[in-house]
Amino acid sequence: MAGYQPGFFLSEYVWRLPAFPEDLSVPGGFYLLTLDTSRKFKQSLEELNYNIMCGICGCGQEDGTVTIKKVGEHTSSPADAPVAHMHKHGHHHHHHRHHGNEIGNEKVLQIEQDILGKNNLLAERNRGYFEAKNILTLNLVSSPGSGKTALLERTLTELKDEIPCYVIEGDQQTSNDASRIAATGAEVVQINTGKGCHLEADMVNTAVKKLSPSENSLLFIENVGNLVCPAMFDLGEAVRVVIISVTEGEDKPIKYPDMFHSSQLCIINKIDLLPYVSFDIEKVKEYAGQVSHITEFIELSATTGEGMDQWYDWLRARVRPQR
Amino acid sequence: MHELSIVASIVEIAEEHVRKAGASSATHVELEIGELAGVEWKALEFAWEVAVKNTVLENAKKHLVRISGLAKCAECSEEFNMRTLFDPCPVCGSYFNVILRGKELRVKALTVV
Repeated sequence: MAGYQPGFFLSEYVWRLPAFPEDLSVPGGFYLLTLDTSRKFKQSLEELNYNIMCGICGCGQEDGTVTIKKVGEHTSSPADAPVAHMHKHGHHHHHHRHHGNEIGNEKVLQIEQDILGKNNLLAERNRGYFEAKNILTLNLVSSPGSGKTALLERTLTELKDEIPCYVIEGDQQTSNDASRIAATGAEVVQINTGKGCHLEADMVNTAVKKLSPSENSLLFIENVGNLVCPAMFDLGEAVRVVIISVTEGEDKPIKYPDMFHSSQLCIINKIDLLPYVSFDIEKVKEYAGQVSHITEFIELSATTGEGMDQWYDWLRARVRPQR
Repeated sequence: MHELSIVASIVEIAEEHVRKAGASSATHVELEIGELAGVEWKALEFAWEVAVKNTVLENAKKHLVRISGLAKCAECSEEFNMRTLFDPCPVCGSYFNVILRGKELRVKALTVV
């Protein structure tokens, strides 16, 4: 490869050059350069007005600062005059080409691909859309019958005049829940997953296009009632909210640890029934704390309205001030 | 039964790579699954039978590499083998742990013909 001098320096650095002079090498691949030659390359590329980005971590500036500016906006940041940035990377997994080992007709492809990668990418696209439009998106998960829909009905009725609210309803069958939500006046899209046990990012992506929520709003995604499967699928939400009611066992967090591990808020619903059941709220918090050390708790009753103010304050604090 | 979705995603990845390599099917697939990834191997086996029918993976042998869970205690910095998400630190008993390894869910390699 042009410019590569084996043994010139002990340390070698991997750079990805998004565009490359044709006479040097193939564009878009990985190039091994010595410290000295990479400096020379960088100088020559800068003269040609090419941008250099580190192929491993994407860093392009020595001081680590990030500037985001509009066209024509002036900053005196050193980022405007990038300097060669060198650091050593360990073994990496960015295989942009198949590294094939052929044995007879068989060919072994080292693909190293995340099985949920497609869902996660789409979830991040959703998340970016929500952030840009300032839509606070919550993924509500629980077992069937914990009161997700009842909680939503009351929340929408009492909050809709203050903040625009939208709902995506996920169920295997029927649009019963969507009808209950629509009765509150909120705009709602129902997803029926058929035999599917959870929502995925592409379903939310399609549903959001149908819903076209306004800016500075709240979007509730009511997932399929299931404490197992929805845990694995990022939808692009800002916060995952797990709901447990006092008529369930207080050991749910350690029976279904994946869900409680991936949630940031735990709502304990139906507290009006506490006198009639042997449910220990402190115990459930203790179990949830063993699985996740970041979970917050709100105790409420969607039926009597007790504790709902705390929930609304939590929501208000997270919908950014309207611009 | 999210394992069915998992297998469907594996099939999708395999189909893409078989096509790109100009091959017709896969004979072997190597999967890396962490013990804390939330995938039940028996459920995955069950889903596999159904989901690979009439795909490039129909006759492929699957090889599973299980990756054991590793966590680091945020209180005392002990690194320990984590089998469930609510394992306390064996030294200080804290649940304030950071998972270092065991959430992997990857198609590592594919043999195509």
